[in-house]
Amino acid sequence: MYFVRRILFAIPLLLVISALAFVLVHLAPGGPFDGERKPASPEIERNLKAKYHLDEPIWKQYFRYLGDLAHGDFGVSLKYRNHNVNDIIRQGLPVSVLLGGLAFCFAMAVGLPAGFLTAAWRGSWVDYVGSFLAVLAVCLPSFVVAPVLLLFFCLKLHWFPIGLWTTPWHMILPPVALGLYFSGKVTRILREGMLNAAQSEFVTAARAKGMGETALLFKHAFRLALLPVVSYAGPMLADLLTGSFIIESIFQIPGIGVFLVNSSLNRDYTLVVGLSLLYAILIIGLNLIVDFAYKLLDPRVKYE
Amino acid sequence: MLDFTRIRRIFRRMRFLFLPLTVLLLFGCSRSEPPADLTIVNNIEPESLDPAVIVAQADMRVVQGLFEGLTRLEPVDAQAVPGLAQSWEISPDGKVYTFHMRPNLVWSTGEPITAEDVRYSWIRALDPKTACRYAGQLYYIKNGEEFNTGVITNADLVGVHVLDPLTLRVELKAPTAFFLDLCAFPTLYVVPRQTIEKYGDRWLMTRPLPSSGAYELVDWRLNDKVRLRKNPRYWDAANTQANIIDMLPVGTANTAFNLFQSGQADIVWDKELIPNELLDVLLKRPDFHAYTVLGTYFIRFNVTRKPFDDPRVRQALALAVDKNRIVTKITRAGELTASHLVPSGTRNYHPPEGPGYDPDRARKLLAEAGYPGGKGFPRFEFLFSGSSGNNNQNIAIELQQMWSDVLGVQMDLRRVETQVFWGLQSRLDFQLCNSSWYGDYNDANTFLGMFQSGDGNNETGWKNPQYDSLIAAANNEVDLHRREQYFQQAETMLVRDAAPIIPLYFYSGINYFDTNKVSGIWQNVLDDHPLRSIRKIKAQP
Repeated sequence: MYFVRRILFAIPLLLVISALAFVLVHLAPGGPFDGERKPASPEIERNLKAKYHLDEPIWKQYFRYLGDLAHGDFGVSLKYRNHNVNDIIRQGLPVSVLLGGLAFCFAMAVGLPAGFLTAAWRGSWVDYVGSFLAVLAVCLPSFVVAPVLLLFFCLKLHWFPIGLWTTPWHMILPPVALGLYFSGKVTRILREGMLNAAQSEFVTAARAKGMGETALLFKHAFRLALLPVVSYAGPMLADLLTGSFIIESIFQIPGIGVFLVNSSLNRDYTLVVGLSLLYAILIIGLNLIVDFAYKLLDPRVKYE
Repeated sequence: MLDFTRIRRIFRRMRFLFLPLTVLLLFGCSRSEPPADLTIVNNIEPESLDPAVIVAQADMRVVQGLFEGLTRLEPVDAQAVPGLAQSWEISPDGKVYTFHMRPNLVWSTGEPITAEDVRYSWIRALDPKTACRYAGQLYYIKNGEEFNTGVITNADLVGVHVLDPLTLRVELKAPTAFFLDLCAFPTLYVVPRQTIEKYGDRWLMTRPLPSSGAYELVDWRLNDKVRLRKNPRYWDAANTQANIIDMLPVGTANTAFNLFQSGQADIVWDKELIPNELLDVLLKRPDFHAYTVLGTYFIRFNVTRKPFDDPRVRQALALAVDKNRIVTKITRAGELTASHLVPSGTRNYHPPEGPGYDPDRARKLLAEAGYPGGKGFPRFEFLFSGSSGNNNQNIAIELQQMWSDVLGVQMDLRRVETQVFWGLQSRLDFQLCNSSWYGDYNDANTFLGMFQSGDGNNETGWKNPQYDSLIAAANNEVDLHRREQYFQQAETMLVRDAAPIIPLYFYSGINYFDTNKVSGIWQNVLDDHPLRSIRKIKAQP
């Protein structure tokens, strides 16, 4: 019941988000058809606007948009005029989802063991090295990491192709470059969580009952410490799945992230609103999954 | 109610499947398609592949492989030569063209291409409902402008008439010396009527897509690639060189250069796709080719605002610019400094020399205008667009310095987003701004025509009836020499006397490819490189 209510509540939220995105992008100066080449007569400009209903008052445009949306139609892209926003999402989203999913797996595969080990050997050299690397990963932006990886692994060692997205071989470096930051984040969050959990009462109680330290760490502390990681993972996954402008441009990957940025620069009204909605749906959906995962991990959590 | 204990149990059992599933997914997502014969890096994603929609050169370079006009540009020096038309007659007054189509022309899907298709394509581009931004290219045809702007609604009045399936008669408003070049321009390409009428704006999504050019469209994935395959039914298919061509939409110079350097691309053909920091080193390499193209970088004044309404002020600013410093310090790709707007090398035209660098005269003129030593001259603003650190910004900083040093006037810089810039420019909401113009065809009119009073691309607020009548006289003139003289008088007025613009330099085109591996690209002034003539040289075994 709780989850059904949450889903129902998301609908007005999405309406508000679409209305805000719609109004804000229309308020921005400059329009989708402004360009270096001005049409030979003002009539042409008027025809263009009329064709895409941009000459109507904004509320009318918005309701027209909602009407199309009700039929699952995000409208025609104003920049890429032969494509619907649906086409663009259908072509780009699977690529971004794969890239983001792999980056997510990388972040977890590196972050979870690293977080666990740094916490288990707190104060030792493992902790210092691990924590230092985690801070480094968090501090280095992807536009630094990606070119460095390219320089080293592609141009010097020739291990990987330099760009594009065709074979599994192409799909190794970009997820690493994208996931590195998050792996550092996960390491730090898990380490903190483990140290906090180690001081909680039920761990003390378990220890008093004579439970071994290793079992204690694995069975109790780790599980409790996963909760902050899980709540971070939701928005992180939404962030990863909607693509990354920087990684996608550097590696020439046909994902959705490039559109997310360029659509607003191009004043591609329909694409901006469509992608904002997509992002919102992902965030809402993933947060829902996070709450669901909480329930799986922590028996104390109850939803009414 | 959900049974969480059960879900947990399922997860526990499935966990060993995650890794194999991921690997499977990876292989499932990779594509297997034959490699292309030729991979070209073509700047950002085409806005469209519809000849009536596109405005950008990168888009035109793809579309030019798919569709053809009555004429086509030959690859060496971009002259218009017979395309879908095999011959034509021009009336003595230069106003009536009779085109004879090649017999047996067919679309890539097998249906015949006739004169009716040409007429349909042109009328479609003029139809207000198509909202073609480049419809102005058809205004030279009788009643073209009237039909496009809704003054007349009967398309039969437009001067394009089908005499028989292979003959088309075109009536022009004036003898238009460059009309055959226009026939090779994308707006005038011949497009498939049935497909367009059936599918509307989504006609380019149909497969097979009928094409009239040397290639047909296999695949078009946004931000991924456009894949073209040789059209075996093209009238000149015997001379089409490559079988499969991939055009990659790449907008960042570093990525383009990396792809080329690692052998994943054969040709990069846009000067914006060269890492600026490496320009000096790269231009010395044999696989980098720089050449002059018909393009000019210039400054626009808004002459409706004080103090720039005074031509002496504009002339003073123009004379105080050391253009040599700009091309040697900033642009560095072999650009030539410009004292006039129309680039040298334009066909049938020798541009008149404009004002050079003359600080003393500049100071004198400014003093005459009432601002000796820059005293009393209001602070003004220079508007430019683009990312921080690009040439626009560096040029603006250089100008700021020069005008302050030579004339003692103070200028502020204002950088805005590109879309905002175009809006401000067309609303004349600026004082000075950067500008550039590339010729659509090889004729002085593509540069000089835009400064006529009513032209949408004037964007200076400058109006001069005498200039307008000189341009009109030139375009009504059949004699090429007299035509040139009219244009020269007009250009002198534009750059020397009225000076609503300051030409700074002529663009260099740059492309890079290894001449030992690729042939069939020539460096011409229109920077036009037909796909049909490009081929990869097979390595000798």
